[in-house]
Amino acid sequence: MKLSEYLLMKPELSLIVVFLLLIFYDLFASEKAKKHYFPVACGLFLVHTIVCFFFCVPDSATAFGGMYITGPAQITIKHVLNIGLFLIFLQANTWLSRPDTIFKRGEFFMLTILTLLGMYLMVSSGNFLLFFIGLEMASLPVAALVAFDKYRHHSAEAGAKYIFNAVFSSAVMIFGISFIYGACGTLYFAELGANMLYDPLLIMGMIFFMCGLFFKIALVPFHLWAADVYEGSPTNVTLYLSTISKGAAAFALMAILYKVFPVLSNVWVDVISIIIMLTILVGNLFALRQKNMKRFLAFSSISQAGYIMLSVFSGTSLGMSATIYFIFVYVFSNLAAFGVITAIENKTGKVNMDDYNGLYYTNPKLALAMMIAMFSLGGIPPTAGFFSKFFVFIAAMDQGHTFLVFFALINTVISLFYYLLVVKAMFIKKNNSPIECVKTDGYLKASLVLSMIGIGLVGLVSCIYEYFASVSFGI
Amino acid sequence: MNNIPMEACLAISTLMFFAGVYGFLSRKNMIMVLVSLELMLNAVDLNFVVFNRYLYPGQMEGMFFALFGIAIAAAETAIAIAIIINIYRNVKRIYIDENITELKH
Repeated sequence: MKLSEYLLMKPELSLIVVFLLLIFYDLFASEKAKKHYFPVACGLFLVHTIVCFFFCVPDSATAFGGMYITGPAQITIKHVLNIGLFLIFLQANTWLSRPDTIFKRGEFFMLTILTLLGMYLMVSSGNFLLFFIGLEMASLPVAALVAFDKYRHHSAEAGAKYIFNAVFSSAVMIFGISFIYGACGTLYFAELGANMLYDPLLIMGMIFFMCGLFFKIALVPFHLWAADVYEGSPTNVTLYLSTISKGAAAFALMAILYKVFPVLSNVWVDVISIIIMLTILVGNLFALRQKNMKRFLAFSSISQAGYIMLSVFSGTSLGMSATIYFIFVYVFSNLAAFGVITAIENKTGKVNMDDYNGLYYTNPKLALAMMIAMFSLGGIPPTAGFFSKFFVFIAAMDQGHTFLVFFALINTVISLFYYLLVVKAMFIKKNNSPIECVKTDGYLKASLVLSMIGIGLVGLVSCIYEYFASVSFGI
Repeated sequence: MNNIPMEACLAISTLMFFAGVYGFLSRKNMIMVLVSLELMLNAVDLNFVVFNRYLYPGQMEGMFFALFGIAIAAAETAIAIAIIINIYRNVKRIYIDENITELKH
């Protein structure tokens, strides 16, 4: 092993440096110096994002005997995760300044950054062992984050539900990996992909493995934990779970499908197409009857995960660029929607859809931001959401999945109905006691503005999609 | 050692795994749910070790995976116990069907 191989792990190393600086700051700084903890943490993470953006050369290389793979696609998805997490940090200020959380705000940053490190490892793993470690690093600290509001029972309940489901799913997943190991005798993706045969034991292992991973991405029928956990956890953690976690897991699943299981593609194409149809349909139908905004966005994110999977399983480089693009746009849209919810929840504690009636008359800017986010999630041009869905459908049509695309299109119309319900509540419905004018802090405003710019520009500036297309690879 | 056929070892680990699944689905006490999860994770470790010992004795990949699996199972237990203690502090009981049922539909 050459020590120079560590230089390939620049994003990870930079993230570890940020983590160590933050932990020392939290441990040893005086109370007076810690007053600036939040801006310093955000600033450090922004520096990390910029360093990654300019100094990580997107070359394809492997390190540590094939354990660690880096390449243009992996680096790109890391940039996407960085940008998303930075915007999430910006939204957390008011929540972290509350008297019951202010003394543990350092923990929030450290746990989140550690899970991001796990996602990095998961995304660029070249071996099932590293993938498993990355996945656990990305999901165990999240349980602590979900149960972060110690004195609120809903938070603890959501934490218990999350940890039990996460461990159950990873047990099922490594049960599958053990069969893959038994059938092939290796855990390296490259060797597995090259030596894979059409073997019943292998198919069983693959199905177990996929079940475990589908739990993480919350696809139907493995989605039942998602709504409860999303409702119970603090809003910023919900946002983290529904965007960054989900995007990283979807990308990792895609990389594994392309690298390890191309031989079995005729098996997983059938399985995944049924799961996609169920996911989009059930996510939509349950979202229709939700009254709580967080639960509503939970089911909407389940159905969005179906669209992500639609591009994942195309198996071409077109599909991969559509996936990265979809995740990128989805992060911005969800950030904007949750930003508005955070602003209102911090001030009034209201999270029900009926409370949003007449929001436009008291908070026109927030209502406008929410409307654009809903349009983007629903896929109305000229927002970026339209283009991301468009590319997903192109990628799936290109592989001849006509019926699936037709089905997804019908479901897009259904989803428009419930996204527009929120818009209708804010703009048309009358309310005798509307939410009073909400003042938000500067960080949240900046995050909302950046998300708006993202929703507006990512769709219209074509070089972003062209860049994603230039880095992606297929089977 | 080699008198025991591999199928017998695999049968034991499979039994352990599905006993864990059954316990996970049927137990009401959260500590017992956690025990069932441990049973599942340990069954997988056993699976890895058996495959490595019988099929690929020249290499150590399965053993290493089992070691990491044990470490991660310990980490998971620590977090789960912490969350269960927190629930106990809030409501003084830790039963799945009565204490964590507020979030639904």
